[in-house]
Amino acid sequence: MNVEIIIFYIFSLLLLSSSIAVVTVNNPVKSAISLVFSFFCSAILWLLLNAEFLSIILILVYVGAVMVLFLFVVMMLDINISQAKEGFVKYFSIGIFVFATIAGLLSYFFYNQFDNSSKNIITSIDLIGTDNTKNLGYLLYTEYLLAFEIAAIILLLGIISAITLTLRKSTTNKYQNPSQQVNVSKSERLRIIKDEGREK
Amino acid sequence: MNTIFLILDILIDIIMVVLPLFLIVAYTTYSERKIIGFMQSRLGPTRVGPFGILQPIADVIKLLTKEVIIPSNASKGLFLTAPIIMLVPSLLVWSVIPLSEYFVIANINAGLLFILALTSLSVYGVILAGWASNSKYAFLGSMRSAAQIIAYEIAMGFALVGVLMAAGSLNLQEIILSQRGGIFNWYWLPLFPLFVIYLIAGVAETNRAPFDVSEGESEIVAGFHVEYSGVAFAMFFLAEYMNLILISILVSIMFFGGWLSPFESTFFESYFQWIPGFVWLSIKTLSFIFIFLWLRATLPRYRYDQIMRLGWKIFLPITIIWIFLEGIMIYYKVEPWFVI
Repeated sequence: MNVEIIIFYIFSLLLLSSSIAVVTVNNPVKSAISLVFSFFCSAILWLLLNAEFLSIILILVYVGAVMVLFLFVVMMLDINISQAKEGFVKYFSIGIFVFATIAGLLSYFFYNQFDNSSKNIITSIDLIGTDNTKNLGYLLYTEYLLAFEIAAIILLLGIISAITLTLRKSTTNKYQNPSQQVNVSKSERLRIIKDEGREK
Repeated sequence: MNTIFLILDILIDIIMVVLPLFLIVAYTTYSERKIIGFMQSRLGPTRVGPFGILQPIADVIKLLTKEVIIPSNASKGLFLTAPIIMLVPSLLVWSVIPLSEYFVIANINAGLLFILALTSLSVYGVILAGWASNSKYAFLGSMRSAAQIIAYEIAMGFALVGVLMAAGSLNLQEIILSQRGGIFNWYWLPLFPLFVIYLIAGVAETNRAPFDVSEGESEIVAGFHVEYSGVAFAMFFLAEYMNLILISILVSIMFFGGWLSPFESTFFESYFQWIPGFVWLSIKTLSFIFIFLWLRATLPRYRYDQIMRLGWKIFLPITIIWIFLEGIMIYYKVEPWFVI
């Protein structure tokens, strides 16, 4: 059997099991870690498809940055599992409805796409080489420049709005002003007292 | 049959890198204790073997034979996987490092990105070790360290962006080859601010003095690995020193021409032709390791808010500005670095 196929099956199995673990594990930290692991497995699956740039970026951005912050928040919060599970029966019917809609839409979409997959493959773009990374960069900065810039602006907006939402001047915060700290002179911090008793 | 030979070949390559690496790590700890000892007017280890030269081997035996104590109420599985998560990425990165003009285990196209992605994974080891230990000191240490790693990773990434812009490639061999032509063609000169930032951010990434608030003996005992003992602690130790060597070798590859000879295109070029590239790379790497040890011996620990300020408010703007300037230099094809 081909080595690639073996790797594919191993990591697909790991991906599926870790994705299931994300929703079934009781401890929120462990579930976040399962999510990290499932990202990692899917990155390896992408690598098998020769998409080395995307797979490394998936690890770099999602595993290396996004999930670290996520894990931070999850660790800091004191989540009560039994309380979170209370509304299970109440929300079960809604959950089933949402699940059915999404699964139906997805399977319909995928079925149609695989049906006429030849229409979805882009063939009329000139590439500059076999290097995946270079090709992607080339396309992003020529063919899809506008879409790329719009995505960048949306991300910038996201950053600005997140900062404005959380930035509140708190009066209890203690803050050192670095320029003031650097500019202190000796006379401000040090006082020489003559010990008069000793001199006698 | 061919696949089996290929796998065997790769295995031999891996052993050729990993075994010397472990040895180098062991003797980095020895030289650290010796060098810092001499800098502080002490002798360092002297007892085991002549000049204490067998000290690291004694240390390894001690660490391997000690019991791994698991704290009560610790999350056992995560407690034991955290050191592995810490160690694996720092070992894996070595697969793409070109050790000479001929030898690299995997000469992949996106080598620089691969390194960036893998070094960003080691933060999980730190966070999980702190959380799983079920100890306040360990958790505080891991929080400090994780925040610090995230802050400096961004500046580090931007410094790497500068290198890849200059080289026009993500492949490490090509990055080295694009620096050909003697000591002034290496990227430390046109990318000087990025080089300095990468070096300092590297110290911060490896949690070493003067940025070692995550260990901070006087404040939080020993940081995120305070509850670890025996082999589990040895793995953290190994990962820390491997990262130190890795940062040194990366600086020499990206800013100091890797295995290129410093006498290229000078009068002495032919005299030093016989020295293999690996020797030059080793000399450069060892001098950066020495600088790291030197820093630890001389500088006091930074205050935490100063570290954060340095990372976010000073390093990040400098890297962004220098990338813009570099873009201008590339556009006007400034000699001798940016001639493509």
